[in-house]
Amino acid sequence: MAGKLDLDAAVVARARELAARAGRPVVDLARSHTTVSVERAVLRLAGVTGADPDGIPWVNRLVDAVRADVGLGHGVAVPVFHAMETTGVEDVTVLAQKAAAGSVRFSMPSRPAKARQRARRATAAGLRTIDRRRAERDRLIKRFGDPKQRPWIYLIVATGDIYEDIPQAQAAARAGADVIAVIRSTGQSLLDYVPEGPTREGFAGTYATQENFRLMRAALDETSKEVGRYVRLTNYASGLCMPEMATMAGLERLDMMLNDSMYGILFRDINPIRTFVDQRFSRQIHARAGIIINTGEDNYLTTADAVDAAHTVTVSQLMNEYFAHEAGLQDWQLGLGHAFEINPELPESFRMELAHALLARELFPDAPLKWMPPTKHMTGDVFRGNLLDGFFNLAGALTGQGILLVGMMTEAVVTPWLSDRDIALQNVRYVLNGAGNLHEDFTPGEFIRGRANQVLSEAIDLLERIVDDGMLNAIADGTFGIMKRPADRGKGLDGVSKIDEDYYNPVVES
Amino acid sequence: MIIRPYGDTTGDGMVQLSFTLPIPHDKRAEGAALQLANKMGMDPAMLVHAKQMSDDFTFFVVYGKVNHLVDTDRVQVVERDYPLLSAKEVNAAIKRGLRRRLNVVGACIGTDAHTVGIDAILNLKGIAGEKGLEYYSELSVTNMGAQVSVPDLVETAREKKADAVLVSQVVTQRDAHLQNTRAMSAAFREALPAGKRPLLIVGGPRFDELMTGELGVDRIFSRGTTPREVASYLVHALVGSSK
Repeated sequence: MAGKLDLDAAVVARARELAARAGRPVVDLARSHTTVSVERAVLRLAGVTGADPDGIPWVNRLVDAVRADVGLGHGVAVPVFHAMETTGVEDVTVLAQKAAAGSVRFSMPSRPAKARQRARRATAAGLRTIDRRRAERDRLIKRFGDPKQRPWIYLIVATGDIYEDIPQAQAAARAGADVIAVIRSTGQSLLDYVPEGPTREGFAGTYATQENFRLMRAALDETSKEVGRYVRLTNYASGLCMPEMATMAGLERLDMMLNDSMYGILFRDINPIRTFVDQRFSRQIHARAGIIINTGEDNYLTTADAVDAAHTVTVSQLMNEYFAHEAGLQDWQLGLGHAFEINPELPESFRMELAHALLARELFPDAPLKWMPPTKHMTGDVFRGNLLDGFFNLAGALTGQGILLVGMMTEAVVTPWLSDRDIALQNVRYVLNGAGNLHEDFTPGEFIRGRANQVLSEAIDLLERIVDDGMLNAIADGTFGIMKRPADRGKGLDGVSKIDEDYYNPVVES
Repeated sequence: MIIRPYGDTTGDGMVQLSFTLPIPHDKRAEGAALQLANKMGMDPAMLVHAKQMSDDFTFFVVYGKVNHLVDTDRVQVVERDYPLLSAKEVNAAIKRGLRRRLNVVGACIGTDAHTVGIDAILNLKGIAGEKGLEYYSELSVTNMGAQVSVPDLVETAREKKADAVLVSQVVTQRDAHLQNTRAMSAAFREALPAGKRPLLIVGGPRFDELMTGELGVDRIFSRGTTPREVASYLVHALVGSSK
C-alpha cells in the first residue's frame, strides 16, 4: 500500500540520513561504555542462575564483587573466568556464591587469552540456547500458523499474579488475541536487578522473571495448539535491566519485547548513557533471538499534544530504526510505535490521525508498526470511549498497521475487567470483519497528504536541530515528550563505566 | 429536593446496569442476574443482554426501575470553599501576601510511575487548555517525577523550603494510594514540627475528598481537578485572604 501520500523519496532519504547523523555519536558512546546490566547479561548467558536468600541474583553479587576488585572497564568475563581457573571452581554460579561470601579475589591476568576462551565457550552455550529457541519458534509457527489477519491483535493481562495471568491470557487468546503482553509491576523498571522465580505479588502488573516468562510461554504453547495459531508473548525490556530482560526473553522464547531507545530516559528518568548502552546490547540479543521489538513513541503523545508533537514521533521512529539497524535488527523486527491520541474535540481529528498513521506506514513499509489506542482523551465515559476505540480500530485497518493494541473503554477507570476485554475484542472483530480491506478503496485526498508531508517536514527540521545540538543535548532540553533529561543525571548512572583498551565481552565480539 | 433517576419520564426511576457473573450462560444464569438486580433495588428489572465469555462467565446488561429516592439536601460533598482565581490574581496575591515566591514540591510517591496527574498540574503544558503551576511566575515548582521515596520527598521539601507538597497517586491496586499517602503524611509529621510542616495535598482519580483527616493531609483533589483550582487553593490556604 505504498505511495498513497506522494512522499518525496529524496525527502525521505534525507530524513534517514539526518537520523543516522544524529544517532552515530550516540552509538559511539554506547560502544565506548559498558554497564552493570550488560555485564550481568553476559554472566546469565555464561550460566549464572539463581539468587541469594535475600532475593538478590547471583549475577548481581558476582558483578559487584568483580567491580570492587578490578572495576568494570575490562568487562567481567575475563576476571571471572580467570578466577575459575585459579580457584579450580567449575561452576560459575558457585563462583558467584564464593565471591559474594568474600572468598574469591578478582584480578586481570597478564595473558587473557585462556580466560577469554573459557568465557567464550561458556557464553556460547547460552547463545546456542537462544538459537535453539528461535528455531523452535519457527517450527511452531509453521505447525500452528500465523494469525489470519493483519493487524495482529495485541492484548494485555495484568493481575500481579502469574498464576492468575495464565488463565486470563489463555482466555484472551481463545477470544482472538494473537499477542499477549504481561504488564510488569509498577516500579520494576527501576529495580537494578531482576527478581527470581514465579511471583504472585505485583502492583498493577506482574514481575518479569525468567520463571514467569517460562510459565507463560508454556501455557501459551498449549493454547496455540488448541486454537491452531501461534500465540505470541510480549514483555518489557525497558528499564535498568534491559540487557538481562532481553537475554531472558531470548532464553525463554518470548516473541516480542518493548524496547525503546529513549523511553527509560524520558519517562523513568534513567540516565541517558545507561539507557543507550543497555539498549544497544539488548537489541543485539533481540536480533539474534528473532524477537520483534516494540518502541514507545505513543508515550510522547500522552505528555505532549498529539498534533503539535506529531513530528517528534516521526523523529523518534527514525532514530529507533537507525539504532535498531545498527544493532542488527531487521525491518520485520521493528514494531515502531505510534498512537491515536489527538483530542477528539478537534475538527478533522480523525483525518489527522489517518495522516499520521499513513505517514508511519509509508516511511517504514516493511516494519510491523504497533498502533496504540487512545488513553489521554479517555475520560471515564465508557460509551464514548468505546466509540473512540472503534475509530482507532478503523484507522488501524485503513492504514495497514501491523500490531494493534486493543483499546479498553475503561481506560483511566479500572485495570481491564474480563467484560471490558470481551467488549473491546468484539469492537476489533466488528471493524476488521466489516472493513478490514477498506484500505483497498481508500485514497487520501489533499488534506491527509498535506498533513503527512507537513509532519515529515517538521520532523526534518527537528532532526537538523538535533544534528546541530547533539542528541544528548536535545534530550536534556526536553525535545521529546517535554521531559528534560540531562546526560549527567538520572537513575542508574553509577552502573555505567567507560571501557578500557582490553575490554572483553564474549557475547558481542566479532 | 427529592429526586429519582430519569429514563424518559420524570420520576420513572430507570437505571442501567452491567456486570459479569462467574457462571456459563443459560436460563438459570439469566435468573441469577435478575435476582442480583432485584436485590440492588431494581424492580421490575429487564434483562436486555446476556453473553457468555470464555467457558465460565456471562456478561449481562439490565435495565430497570429503582425504588430509591434521593434527597439532594442530605448529600455530603467537599464544595470549593475558596474563590477561583486567575493566574494573574494568584501571582498578585502571593506577591502581596507572601512577598516571596511560594515553593511547591510535587511527586508521585511509592511505586507509582504514572506522572500524568502531577504533570498535568505542574508542567507548563498543563491540561485542558489551562497552564500548569510552572506557568505561575510567583510559584517556584520542583517536580520530582515518578517513584519518589517518601524520605527523598521529605528531604527535598525541607531543602526547597516547600510551602506545599503535592503528591499524585494513580495506582490503587491493593489500596496502594491510601497506604502511600498515610506513610507520606506520617513521615512529614515525624520530620517537621507543626508550624514548619508544608501544606500536604494529594490528588488522584480514585481518592475520596472527604478522607483528609483519615489520611493526615490538608486537602485531597479528585478527578477533573485543574491547575487553577490547585493554585487558588494554595493562595487560600497559605496566603490567606486574597482581597
